[in-house]
Amino acid sequence: MADDINHKSADLDLDDRKFTINFGPQHPAAHGVLRLVLDLDGEIVDRVDPHIGLLHRGTEKLIEYKTFLQALPYFDRLDYVAPMNQEHAYCLAIEKLAGIQVPERAKYIRVIFSEIGRLLSHLLNVTTQAMDVGALTPPLWGFEPREQLMVFYERASGSRMHAAYFRPGGVHQDLPPELVEDIHKFCSPFLKTLDDIEALVTENRIFKQRNVDIGVVSVQDALAWGFSGVMVRGSGLAWDLRRAEPYEVYSELDFKIPVGKNGDCWDRYLCRIEEMRESIKIIKQCIDKMPVGPVLPEHSKFAPPRRSEMKNSMEALIHHFKLYTEGFHVPAGETYACVEAPKGEFGVYLVTDGGNRPYRAKIKAPGYAHLHAMDHLCRGHMLADVSAILGSLDIVFGEVDR
Amino acid sequence: MSLPSRAAMTSELKLHLESVQAKAISSIRVSQGEMTVLANRASIVKLLEFLRDDSPCRFDTLVALCGCDYPTERERFEVVYHLLSMRLNQRIRVKIRTDEATPVPSVAGVFPVANWYEREAFDMYGIIFSGHPDLRRILTDYGFEGYPLRKDFPLTGRVQVRYDEAQKRVINEPVRLVQEYRNFDFLSPWEGMQAVIPGDEKAGEAKK
Repeated sequence: MADDINHKSADLDLDDRKFTINFGPQHPAAHGVLRLVLDLDGEIVDRVDPHIGLLHRGTEKLIEYKTFLQALPYFDRLDYVAPMNQEHAYCLAIEKLAGIQVPERAKYIRVIFSEIGRLLSHLLNVTTQAMDVGALTPPLWGFEPREQLMVFYERASGSRMHAAYFRPGGVHQDLPPELVEDIHKFCSPFLKTLDDIEALVTENRIFKQRNVDIGVVSVQDALAWGFSGVMVRGSGLAWDLRRAEPYEVYSELDFKIPVGKNGDCWDRYLCRIEEMRESIKIIKQCIDKMPVGPVLPEHSKFAPPRRSEMKNSMEALIHHFKLYTEGFHVPAGETYACVEAPKGEFGVYLVTDGGNRPYRAKIKAPGYAHLHAMDHLCRGHMLADVSAILGSLDIVFGEVDR
Repeated sequence: MSLPSRAAMTSELKLHLESVQAKAISSIRVSQGEMTVLANRASIVKLLEFLRDDSPCRFDTLVALCGCDYPTERERFEVVYHLLSMRLNQRIRVKIRTDEATPVPSVAGVFPVANWYEREAFDMYGIIFSGHPDLRRILTDYGFEGYPLRKDFPLTGRVQVRYDEAQKRVINEPVRLVQEYRNFDFLSPWEGMQAVIPGDEKAGEAKK
């Protein structure tokens, strides 16, 4: 009898250890609306089942019903911490299909704002990931320069976040000279801010205890799970689309690709910090090298005419009207264009049928593949590591759920 | 050291694939510098395995997998696989066709990342993947019906959601539009016209 009772209680203990919890959909460390169903064995994670789609807005469906220009602002709303990088991929896809030549100055402006987008995204990620593991000050320090960068967005496009600034063929408007000056003035003090944040976080004992050797990604894993961006560079693979498939003027710029060694959360943090320094380098070079000239192709079916021209020319007026109602036509075909967005490879697979609307636009978001690997990365880790890993994957639900 | 140009690499790869994988591939075309392989549905798993492991290919990352809908064709769905080789810095696109009823062999065993992409294609188009470990809906709501990215699915959807005060819960009900959905046709009647004036059909012939 006594044996029986013991046996039962042992069974009970075993069952007691296993339970399932919901992480989210509302959770400050979930970085948005993510529901993770966690199967736990005590504090050890047995299985992670991410439930996504809570922010699904049907972007791909909506794009099929809009003209090429009208579809552009949807890309701001994907990864909303670095909006212009997404627009960039979409514009590159259209330019590739329609054979549009981008003026030199527009290329430099695009690079500057892509790098500002990278700063925006990395600043948010690095500091909030530190907050996920218990530090409160880094976000306060990081969000100040972030605010300044958003003001640059606003001064260029009129909007702090949803810029709709990149257009097929270039950018919507030229930058005022004062803005270029102010961006230049921002660069050097920002490096000092980065040093400050690093002094606060990098060698911090708690931060290292929570991040070193957590969520280790091997090179084989990174390839098999379709990782890109910092997720592969953190594991030591020097893969960066700005180098591998240079677009715009990246081939003429001098910058380094920081790579990690161990592929853990801490290495990815270090990569992001270094990338911000490289971004500043790129921005400075672009400002120095930027030529004067048009920012949209002139006398092109794809760009609106100048306002002054419209006052005098009937053709210009008709063109303006047709461009913003019917929109331009893109020859039938298909292409895949991608950029090195802050979170990884952001791609657009665009299928056109010769009309004024995309036939199909598949948005390849880096976060989707990264979040998919949560189960693989978290197994065997402690419950508290889930938020550290999630933070270092750099997930934004706008692009995962689309 | 001079690296072979991208165009040369592509054409070399094309020849290689045509000779080695002739059975699995029905045609290869290159446009915009991108290679598209039209493959046979039955041999897709073998083909992707080959593309991953073969030394001149080394496509060891599946970048994206998506569906595409052509309602007028006999096999209306296309499944598009985008592969990337980080080692050799080359990309390839593989396409197969299917319809609503015919399952596509799942490639989740070859690329683990395909798991979610196939779930998404199933969710959006209703493409069935055989041998998939966990074919559930992913992006749409719990209990959603229909396949939203199909061309015959209305943009407004079929149901709308609201909180019902009487039942004290969120309920689904058929979409009620205050104003009829307006699909503007901006296509110009002039620009799409052929350059043949009625009654002038023989103009071209005279030149010959």
